[in-house]
Amino acid sequence: MTGDLPRWVDLGLLPLANLAAALLISSLVVLAIGIDPRAALAILVHGAVGYPEAWGYTLYYATNFVFTGLAVAVAFHAGLFNIGGEGQAYVAGLGATLVCLGLDALPGFVVVPLAILAAAAFGAAWGAIPGWLQARRGSHVVITTIMFNFLAAALMTYLLSNVLLDPTYGSPETRRFAPHATMWTFSELAARLGFQAPRSPLNAATLLALAAAAFVWVYVWRTRAGYALRTVGASEQAARYAGIDPARTVIVAMAISGALAGLMPVNEVMGSQQRMVLAFTGGYGFVGIAVALMGRNHPVGVCLAALLFGALYQGGSDLAFEISTINRDLVIVIQGLVILFCGALENMFRPALAAFFSRAKAPA
Amino acid sequence: MEGVAALALSGVDKRFGAVHANRAIDLSVAPGSIHGIVGENGAGKSTLMGVVYGYYRPDAGSIRVDGTPVDIASPQDAIRAGIGMVHQHFMLVETFTVLENILLGAEGGALLARGEIEAREGLARLMAEYALDVDLDARVADLDVGAQQRVEILKALWRGARILILDEPTAVLTPQETDRLFALLAKWRAQGRTVVLITHKLREILAITDRVTVMRRGAVVATLETARTSQDELAELMVGRRVLLRVDKRAAVPGAEILRAENLRHVDVRGVERLRGVSFAVHAGEIVGIAGVSGNGQSELVETLAGLKPLAGGTIVYKGARLGPPGTADAARAVRHAHIAHVPEDRLRMGLIASFAARESAILGYHEDGELGPGPFLDPDATRRRTARLMAAFDVRPPLPDLRSGSFSGGNQQKIVLGREIDRDPDLLIVGQPTRGVDIGAIEFIHRRLVALRDAGKAILLVSCELDEILSLADRILVMFDGRIAGELPRAGADEKHLGLLMAGSAAA
Repeated sequence: MTGDLPRWVDLGLLPLANLAAALLISSLVVLAIGIDPRAALAILVHGAVGYPEAWGYTLYYATNFVFTGLAVAVAFHAGLFNIGGEGQAYVAGLGATLVCLGLDALPGFVVVPLAILAAAAFGAAWGAIPGWLQARRGSHVVITTIMFNFLAAALMTYLLSNVLLDPTYGSPETRRFAPHATMWTFSELAARLGFQAPRSPLNAATLLALAAAAFVWVYVWRTRAGYALRTVGASEQAARYAGIDPARTVIVAMAISGALAGLMPVNEVMGSQQRMVLAFTGGYGFVGIAVALMGRNHPVGVCLAALLFGALYQGGSDLAFEISTINRDLVIVIQGLVILFCGALENMFRPALAAFFSRAKAPA
Repeated sequence: MEGVAALALSGVDKRFGAVHANRAIDLSVAPGSIHGIVGENGAGKSTLMGVVYGYYRPDAGSIRVDGTPVDIASPQDAIRAGIGMVHQHFMLVETFTVLENILLGAEGGALLARGEIEAREGLARLMAEYALDVDLDARVADLDVGAQQRVEILKALWRGARILILDEPTAVLTPQETDRLFALLAKWRAQGRTVVLITHKLREILAITDRVTVMRRGAVVATLETARTSQDELAELMVGRRVLLRVDKRAAVPGAEILRAENLRHVDVRGVERLRGVSFAVHAGEIVGIAGVSGNGQSELVETLAGLKPLAGGTIVYKGARLGPPGTADAARAVRHAHIAHVPEDRLRMGLIASFAARESAILGYHEDGELGPGPFLDPDATRRRTARLMAAFDVRPPLPDLRSGSFSGGNQQKIVLGREIDRDPDLLIVGQPTRGVDIGAIEFIHRRLVALRDAGKAILLVSCELDEILSLADRILVMFDGRIAGELPRAGADEKHLGLLMAGSAAA
């Protein structure tokens, strides 16, 4: 009983305590290079949520994290640690790009859904192979998903510099997608509805991310397949007893996980860049692990954690821009500290809080 | 009781968070006596002994050994005070030899050689004195459980224990091994040493102890002279109300053959043959009990019959038709569809999922049922309704479908599993260790439900390591030893001695 915490402490206070600890250490780092941490924090917060464009960027970054965070969360419920979100998203970008470039003779309402499906399918396949290897061949998915990240990177570098390269342009990237074969940006949507919105990469993929979060909740907690998935995650023996095939469930879970990670390029490639560039995944797949951990593998938690990381990304770039002594690397240090405290050390304050709350409850 | 108590506790109090495990315990154990401690699971026996042996610090209270106050902060302190403990789950390194295990933590220097020579002499003396024969150079993994227990006792003696605490020592023994252990304890008592015996088997308390302390919900409810009490009185004190220890049942009326196992063989993943040609039949309206010391193939038998483990040979015939091969991905589901229900022996790893709500554990294996939701969806209200119905029918307390499965007591968890399986009106129920870790009140209930199911004309295969359970429920008894059926006895012709010989593999029974 000692490990049980009230729900609001587990889901609210504990993450906040971790975040506070991360910011405290970050302040010390900032102080060490001679900058007032309060001023830096003010710029960070203002840069993340202080003006309309900032909100656009924050939400755009958050969208990437929702997809990759959900991918980790779904796999986690099946007892799997999918750290291949990066590679799954990368390969999924290929699926989206092939449709957007190859089928752009078709009208937008056909090509865009097809591209989204292709992205999900490519991501699913790239996730399902490690799933299959674990289920049927006993290779641990942690190992294989890492290896598949490298395979994806090598494959995509080859394709982008040899096959999909836009020859009129110098860097390894594809030609720009036709305007109708991209996601609607938020400013376009706003213009259609008759009001002015600030320019930002925010696009309709954010709505898709919310839909994906809803899907994950329904799938995991309201379907028979989700029940089977959670049973396998909790106890493989119990699953076998219940007549659930753990191998099949593992493959399906990894496919769904890969598909969710695979939706990330819908935001990044089809929405923001509107072409595929080298290494567009930019580590979002790895940050998704921290997002899922911090969000307690629950879709609502993942969305909130993604918002936090989105704000850190956006506020961090403003910080690097405003204060010349704070460069991009220091911002990464701050983000790294947040990941460290919210992810790797997420249980650091748990024993103390558990002791405090059991003492508070005990004299009954 | 005269003189100074060998072990005296006064006012020992211990809380774990919100759980008050020990409430102001006073206990006095006379020197040269065997003192029993009984109580249901969760009554606080193990916590109390953990306090005595230095695993837990009490929140309040004191301990005296031979009248001297002692501060026991760790097992080392306990050993120094002359207290030895034999755990229910042995604390032995399986890959080490007996001698290495005994020296572990008492090596007597950086180099083993000198300590070893000294130890060999001393141990030889101890073994002769107590008739505790074990091969000091045998690997522990190669010893049977009775011998492993003797190693544990020898280990405690070697460390100079004058007070020996035994936690459920007979759980893994055959009746003959139990007799042997008790003879040893009696000898010990005759020499003026002291034994504290923790058990849930009331018969053993009556057979060997001088005094007995009954615990309930963390408190001592009575300490009695063993000679002046009875099983019924002890059971009533333990539970707090009158309980019926014997199951009233009519003679079985066996009907058609439901299950026939023919020459079943199973080889485990390490290549060890666990079932070596097991054949038997179960008829409608009878309970066939499988007795045996645990680890003689019973678990494998149950799991192959339930479709979970593959057969290396043999056939399973169910209601006149061959059942498909077990161990495949679909086998467990096919078995369930054929109206075979299975209550697994490992409740927490297989029977339910501790982290799931009760309503989710209550549909384990049946999550595909149409009534639980439309199409691919599971309707939480439908599962809640079904669970509430099961909880009412099987007296599960508290009757809260949304409570975490792991928060229920062992007995109530078992009632959820049993309810789930019986609810489907099975023609054959395979049940493993139905009352392991279950409190007396729930045992009574579970036994009555099993007999009622039999009386309704269903076939039941009962596997249990509790001989009392087999004797009170089974209509026919099969004894398993080393992967084979060592013998079959009708209930009327079975007695403990006879069964014990079969369980120990003495075929001449």
